[in-house]
Amino acid sequence: MPTTTDATVVSSMSPSWVTTRLDFLANWARTSSLWPMPFGTACCAIEFMATAGSRFDLSRFGMERMSFSPRQADVLICAGRLPFKLAPVIRRIWDQMPQPKWAISMGACASSGGIFDNYSMVQGIDTIIPVDVYVPGCPPRPEGLMYGILLLMKKIRGESFTDDMLRVETLVGPDGLYLPPERIDELSEPFGNSVSQTRST
Amino acid sequence: MSAPVATPSPSAQALREAFGADIERIAVSCGDTIVYVRRERIHDVLAWLKDSEGQEYDYLTDVTAVDYRDPERPLEVVWQLRSLRRKADLRLKVALDKSVPLEVPTCWDLWRGANWLEREVYDLFGVRFAGHPDLRRILMWETYQEGHPLRKEFPLRGHFSRAEQTRQALAVNPEAHYSLEELSIADAYRNLPQDMRERLRRGERGGPE
Repeated sequence: MPTTTDATVVSSMSPSWVTTRLDFLANWARTSSLWPMPFGTACCAIEFMATAGSRFDLSRFGMERMSFSPRQADVLICAGRLPFKLAPVIRRIWDQMPQPKWAISMGACASSGGIFDNYSMVQGIDTIIPVDVYVPGCPPRPEGLMYGILLLMKKIRGESFTDDMLRVETLVGPDGLYLPPERIDELSEPFGNSVSQTRST
Repeated sequence: MSAPVATPSPSAQALREAFGADIERIAVSCGDTIVYVRRERIHDVLAWLKDSEGQEYDYLTDVTAVDYRDPERPLEVVWQLRSLRRKADLRLKVALDKSVPLEVPTCWDLWRGANWLEREVYDLFGVRFAGHPDLRRILMWETYQEGHPLRKEFPLRGHFSRAEQTRQALAVNPEAHYSLEELSIADAYRNLPQDMRERLRRGERGGPE
């Protein structure tokens, strides 16, 4: 009987203790030095610069090293509206970033198209790349972006490498999209004031 | 203070004397003189304004177009000129009937800066500039399929569904238009200095002896 008890203890406790410690270590390292890849297209990028500046000081979170090459970046911060002309660019940057990688959609335009519900604007960058954290605001204050970054850190601390789905790359498929087309149409539905916009057919 | 008197620019009267009935209408709006010109003569008028004594409109401020909400009303192409020396402005317009193909002559041969301005008007309004050396889209990408977005009949969200727009946008090669490959060897050859062209024609590959 003691032997079976020991075996039970070993099989149920020991691996999970090891994995949680490893997760803790890896997640601690990842959260403590998130290198951002700034993709600043509009006024949100000004707020992003303010966040990186001395007053709000992103280096408190280990993020002072802006990674202007996607190959050394951990988190893509899309700060500003994304026109369709830039969609293949951000997609390529995202594809060039090595795992583990995360994305922050900063501001109303990046998250939903914002006020630009028109022919030229992507209605939310989640139709182009997967997004981890959405920061609302037009533009968000630096506190808002920092809150988003802290949320992302919280999310990273909860990750486990036993999760098979965590590092799956969502590539653009043979149909040229990474989401089903009806999902993109649903994500791009007009909402708020643009519902009453009548000049669209 | 009295209200500004709506007197047209002296250039308008000079144009009327030089071109007669080809000047359709002269209007003054907010102190700016607007001269409506027949489409066939617009290039002559622009060249005359640029080169003749006393006019010297040497700077092309803008080329643009206006599409009005009234579908009956013609589309207007607008040239905004400035004389840097005389500190004078003049606006010229050509009304284009929308039932026929929209085309005006280019003024690229007068002002090289018209190149991109006319490309923008072509891209967003679909007005063709006859004689333009490189009439391609400039703001929308070159494979853009949906038409000319600033025309009033263009739906605000475009013709295609969002999924189709996303698919077409992602299919674009983002490096195709921004690289040296866009410059063909033939174009580059024409822009080389004369002595370098001579040396290339002789088959010389290195520097001078």
